[in-house]
Amino acid sequence: MIDLQLLALLLTPLLGGLLLAAFGSRSWAAELNSLMSFCTFVAAVVLTMRVIDSGPQVAFNEQFFIDQFNVFLVALTAFVAFTTSLFSRPYMRIEQHHGKLTTPMLHLYYSMYQMFTLAMLVALTSNNMGIIWVAMEAATLTTVLLVSLYRTPASIEAAWKYFILCGVGIALALFGTILLYFAAERVLGEGGTALLWTHLNEVKGSLEPTVLKLAFVFLLVGYGTKIGLVPLHSWLPDAHAEGPTPVSAVLSGLLLNVALCAVMRSKVLVDGSLGTHFAGNLMMGFGLLSVVVAALFLSRQKDIKRMFAYSSIEHMGLITFAFGMGGPVATFAAMLHMTVHSLTKSAIFFAVGHAVQKAGTQQMENIRGMLQISPTVGWGLMLGTLAILGMPPFGVFASEFLIITTAMHDYPWTTPILLISLGIAFAAIFGKVQPIVFGETTARRLPHQPALVPVFVHLLLVLALGLYMPPYLADWYRQAAALLGG
Amino acid sequence: MQMTYSLQFIYLLASMLLLIAFAMLSQRRILSLINLFALQGLVLSLSTFVVAFSTNQQHLYYSAGLTLLLKVLVLPWLLHRLIRKLNVRWDVETLINIPTTMLVGIALVIFAFNLAAPISQLSESITRGLIGIALASVLLSLLMMLTRRKAVPQVVGFLAMENGLFFAATSATHGMPLVVELGIALDVLVATFIFGIFFFQIRETFDSLDISNMEKLKDDNT
Amino acid sequence: MENTNQALGLLFQFYQSLLVVLLAPLLTGWVNQCRAWLQNRSGPGLLQPYRTLRKLFHKDAVMAFNASPLFRATPYILFGCMWLAAAIIPIIAVNLPFSPAADVIALVGVFALARVFIALAAMDIGTAFGTLGARREMLVSFLAEPALLMVLFTASLISHSTQLPRIVEALALQQFVLYPSLAFAGLAFVIVLLAENARIPVDNPGTHLELTMIHEAMILEYSARHLALVEWASSLKLFAYISIGIALFVPYGIADVGNWGALPLAIVALLVKLALAGAALALLETLLAKMRIFRAPEFMGTAFLLAVLGLLIHFLLGA
Repeated sequence: MIDLQLLALLLTPLLGGLLLAAFGSRSWAAELNSLMSFCTFVAAVVLTMRVIDSGPQVAFNEQFFIDQFNVFLVALTAFVAFTTSLFSRPYMRIEQHHGKLTTPMLHLYYSMYQMFTLAMLVALTSNNMGIIWVAMEAATLTTVLLVSLYRTPASIEAAWKYFILCGVGIALALFGTILLYFAAERVLGEGGTALLWTHLNEVKGSLEPTVLKLAFVFLLVGYGTKIGLVPLHSWLPDAHAEGPTPVSAVLSGLLLNVALCAVMRSKVLVDGSLGTHFAGNLMMGFGLLSVVVAALFLSRQKDIKRMFAYSSIEHMGLITFAFGMGGPVATFAAMLHMTVHSLTKSAIFFAVGHAVQKAGTQQMENIRGMLQISPTVGWGLMLGTLAILGMPPFGVFASEFLIITTAMHDYPWTTPILLISLGIAFAAIFGKVQPIVFGETTARRLPHQPALVPVFVHLLLVLALGLYMPPYLADWYRQAAALLGG
Repeated sequence: MQMTYSLQFIYLLASMLLLIAFAMLSQRRILSLINLFALQGLVLSLSTFVVAFSTNQQHLYYSAGLTLLLKVLVLPWLLHRLIRKLNVRWDVETLINIPTTMLVGIALVIFAFNLAAPISQLSESITRGLIGIALASVLLSLLMMLTRRKAVPQVVGFLAMENGLFFAATSATHGMPLVVELGIALDVLVATFIFGIFFFQIRETFDSLDISNMEKLKDDNT
Repeated sequence: MENTNQALGLLFQFYQSLLVVLLAPLLTGWVNQCRAWLQNRSGPGLLQPYRTLRKLFHKDAVMAFNASPLFRATPYILFGCMWLAAAIIPIIAVNLPFSPAADVIALVGVFALARVFIALAAMDIGTAFGTLGARREMLVSFLAEPALLMVLFTASLISHSTQLPRIVEALALQQFVLYPSLAFAGLAFVIVLLAENARIPVDNPGTHLELTMIHEAMILEYSARHLALVEWASSLKLFAYISIGIALFVPYGIADVGNWGALPLAIVALLVKLALAGAALALLETLLAKMRIFRAPEFMGTAFLLAVLGLLIHFLLGA
């Protein structure tokens, strides 16, 4: 039964990718894309219900493993992938109308979009650390050509940087995986089971600590490149700024989470083997550095998508930091923050995408008066910005509050650093978004109706999470946090 | 400690892998670079074959064959074709001069060996030293990617790095599960195709494969 | 038995010394002859170095007006150093009476001593060429010497001794083991050999072009018997280097002490190895092009790099 549900989840995007590879240039390709994403979402919901009901499961000869932690990410991924596909339909039409995209480019976009979803879902659900690596690499490969979709010099440069840096990073992660296998082989014996996470988790106490330590460093640096942790982040703003906006939204909202999921899987093993806080400390260090550096870079940005890309680095840093602290509250907060960040950030990118289309530029000084031109875009952008900056009614406030109070309790010295960074980020982003929304206008009319339903759906969800956390959701998060050793 | 001949042979091949990594680092011509890459693939495939033979693992024979096919024949052929089509047979330009690069390379090897030393000590398995060599060749290829200005050598560096990893996977740990190996091989192949597409895109847009043209995206001037 | 062994040992040591001093010019002749064949020339014949030496010994020596005693003494010192070096390297049998002297570091020291004297003598007269040659020689050897030491250390680490006979024993008389570290060291050694013996990619022994010459520039002022000794010393140096190479990397076939019956075979093996090494050297020289003098440091750097790599690999793999 679980096999079938999982099969439905994975086959839908695969089928979608194949169908769109065949019919991607038809006029109804965008609708097909949304339909397939919707089916994936439905499959994800079914799977999620099942896992919440009956706990962690393995499927397909133990090659896949689903527990409360990754099924939460599966549901989130499928949901955001679906809303993004809804958003991208009118967005891409407008781009095509502006002459920035041609039909073959859209063809590539639609088929790669489904393949990217597939790669992320495989990376999330796979039980095999090797397959997780393969899927992460596949996720890079499918998005590289999407980042350079516009074929402008800047977009090609961004895609090249993305490809090379993530290629290098992911290669280091492979080395970490090999080291993990090297350690596991001595306990579990050679062959297929030595890379299966469930098996590794059972014997994690007897894995060789020295090897695991080294393996985790490589895994963290490798997947950390994908998460956008600071010394390795330089591809992220470029790729987000130069790629099409739906791609920025899924990169920011989803891919970073998937990479973090892989890191968390390794962390559980390393903690079990070492019995110390080594992995947590490392993650806290990287996370804190990312928060600080991203906050400082925010004020220097002139490109709006670039600015929100740095904001993603900041938030991923915060999540990494929270996961690094460990403990039930911090892990719970980190997962909540993952959810609200994905929802809010993709909503912001949707709004930004339309704002940029109206203004015809990504330079913030030339985008003005969104509220006059299109109140929905303006309010979407404003509310999204307030949400991501952690204003009280929204869910981001709740999760940030939890993270900071935990930090104050466990690691008091980090609190001022975090608070100051968040303050700087607030000043930088709010100061720049405010004139964009309220200033005098220069914008033009769009040939198609913008799609703003996803923006407000996302923001409503974030608002709801901030106001009231349903008990079963809290319970679900708590179970997942327990699985991560919280 | 008396070593078996197969192990001695693997050690010799491992050393050759490292030597080739250094040779690539010092290489000034693109064509020789690609030939060295093919040679590295050959060494890799040979060592996988020897491991397969000495440990009697069936699936490693497939790995060896796959490596031979992919890294000795297909990828170098693709690269040769690419540079013929793009007409980029010019010399490789480096960012820092070659002797300095070599010194940095030695430092990297020492670093890698140091990192791997505790691992080699705790393992009584016959392949204990190989992790260090694999790590060293990965780092050397990384260095090569960092010091080259043109797109093609960067890509060769990327693929050479993959070779080092593959060596770690097959020789040092007696082979990952075949599914994983197949996945990795597929990824590498797809990556090469995408690289190929990129070469054309870059050249169309910048009239050159010189990466130093691509320095527009910085935080200050966007 | 002990006494006879010792007496025989002494005798063979004496024979070896005699053998090397007589064979050395032949090796030079052989290399030149091979080179001539490879370049489609007929060549001057194997015995040409002997003829040159005889001719030079029969001439009257001409000395610069301001030559100091150092200048006069240098050819003898040079010849002495090289003969000593070539005589003590174990090439036909290990554990000959002088072999404790054949310590690798001492050997490098002997070569360095000779080099210092020839460089001083070259500057002694005060001509431009002499100084230029001396400077270039020092540049090359300053880079080659550490590489050579690294090569020797790698071999010493394997055999746990810096004494050449011990090293040879460890490599030749125990069970055969493939040493990847030695392969690296061997490559490095070839480069050092080319550089130290004024061979082609670094120096060209056949020309007197001021832009390129190193060794020839230093000995321009010598004539007659002094020149003969210097030339003979060069032959001996080449012989010594090739013997070290044989001792370190292909010592197989060498006779153990007391096992005198193996000696004839050992001598035949040695001659075959020398002939092969000479031919290989000629081939290398034909294939390689003379590099600019400023590329030489990079070339020597490669040797150093290879030797260090060998050393590191030995540490990591224990092989």
